[in-house]
Amino acid sequence: MGNGGKLKELPLKKLHIKAGATFGAFAGWSMPLSYKLGVMKEHLQTREHAGLFDISHMKLVLVTGHQSSDLLSRLCPIDPEALGDGHSKYTFFLNDEAGIIDDLIVTRLGQHRYIAVVNAGNVDRDLAHLIDNSEAYDCSVEPLDFVFLALQGPASAELMAAAGFELDDLYFMQATEPRTGWFVSRSGYTGEDGFEFGAPAADAEAVAKQLLADDRCQLVGLAARDSLRLEAGLCLHGQDIDETTTPLEANLMWAIAKPVREAGRFIGADALNAAISAGPQRRRVGLKPDGRQPVRAGADLFDGDGKPIGSVTSGGFGSSAGHPVSMGYVSSDLATVGTSVFAEVRGKRVPATIAKLPFVPPRTRRGK
Amino acid sequence: MATKYFTDDHEWISVEGGVATVGITNHAQEQLGDIVFVELPESGASLTKGGGAAVIESVKAASDVYSPIDGDVSEVNSALETDPAMVNSEAESGAWLWKMSIGDESQLTGLMDEAAYNAHIA
Repeated sequence: MGNGGKLKELPLKKLHIKAGATFGAFAGWSMPLSYKLGVMKEHLQTREHAGLFDISHMKLVLVTGHQSSDLLSRLCPIDPEALGDGHSKYTFFLNDEAGIIDDLIVTRLGQHRYIAVVNAGNVDRDLAHLIDNSEAYDCSVEPLDFVFLALQGPASAELMAAAGFELDDLYFMQATEPRTGWFVSRSGYTGEDGFEFGAPAADAEAVAKQLLADDRCQLVGLAARDSLRLEAGLCLHGQDIDETTTPLEANLMWAIAKPVREAGRFIGADALNAAISAGPQRRRVGLKPDGRQPVRAGADLFDGDGKPIGSVTSGGFGSSAGHPVSMGYVSSDLATVGTSVFAEVRGKRVPATIAKLPFVPPRTRRGK
Repeated sequence: MATKYFTDDHEWISVEGGVATVGITNHAQEQLGDIVFVELPESGASLTKGGGAAVIESVKAASDVYSPIDGDVSEVNSALETDPAMVNSEAESGAWLWKMSIGDESQLTGLMDEAAYNAHIA
């Protein structure tokens, strides 16, 4: 975190204060946790209409140069050249043991030009990883100072159009540069249709105000962002995945194409292929507590005989699902939907069932 | 006529005819946000002043509710098990948490009255 423990402030902080934000520390930043609506209403607002999130703590990194795709195919299990211009891919930085250093989204903007969006908590580690490895290639790595906002929910496309952004051609996991210095992708962290856009602070603020002038759009804080992503079955790095978990254990192998994995050019490929041959010891699963009691991160899990089988990595109340929702890791032999398990909460065993992820059906705008 | 007292930890305790009724204050529910689960003490449980007696879970976190005095639980508000959001809408009336005996009358004198509590949270 550096900075002598002082938290970094969002460029649009005043806008958040005016909206009645409650701030809290997250990944070295002072972030809006919730606003006047409160966490549950912000969550429901996003699913029903639209929520605007300030995610400027995340980092956009530009990777350019004629060997930029070589760098990215070394650091991530992807084939960057196979991406069409304006197409994005969810991927990872893996360590030598195939542990997940970070999860990120890489977008190909054009030939020899890529943008990566990485997590706030891992920025320093990610940048060092990119820059150290870039020395072997003819390419440059440039972190951008953008305000980064996410507009999520079914009204997002109409709101963006009203704000002057015609994005009808964009499908989920596609991106564009609609104005100089702008980056807009149809993506998000809620399971809803929506956009994430980076821009210089003054531009972003003007668009944010325009979006918020419509009653269908409200500011939504990090707390609801967390419950939304959990219902959508999405991982939070540092909690559900980290350097000790592989994409195999995390059930994220869908993000790695088989030919890429078999070609094995990326860091961690040997370990990942060995792990696949051996089979995973544990797997990430969804967990639905049987009653109303939330089962939060850190709760230990047991089978019916009281044998420890894993633990919960994220948990809370799913405001749209209408019941508590959790995810965690259990022994592979028990990682089957419908299996009954028990979570220990304050010394008591709470029954839960291994459930299908996501907890709410995704409503992203899928391509043809 | 019931006499109502308040604690530093934002519980209220209303005493009438030798029975005390305990809940959390309206200020406390505002701070907690949307409440999704309430874990009540067992009927008959012996509570001690300052000891954890109930747990209220909001969408944000789990918070302990402490017993304001010593005594035994005589009744719990089981309506909260199916409708925990009652704590948000009627914290200081219908959403009482438990009723208890008064083990030590003198413990009540150390608590705040409504005016003192309002000054405490101001």
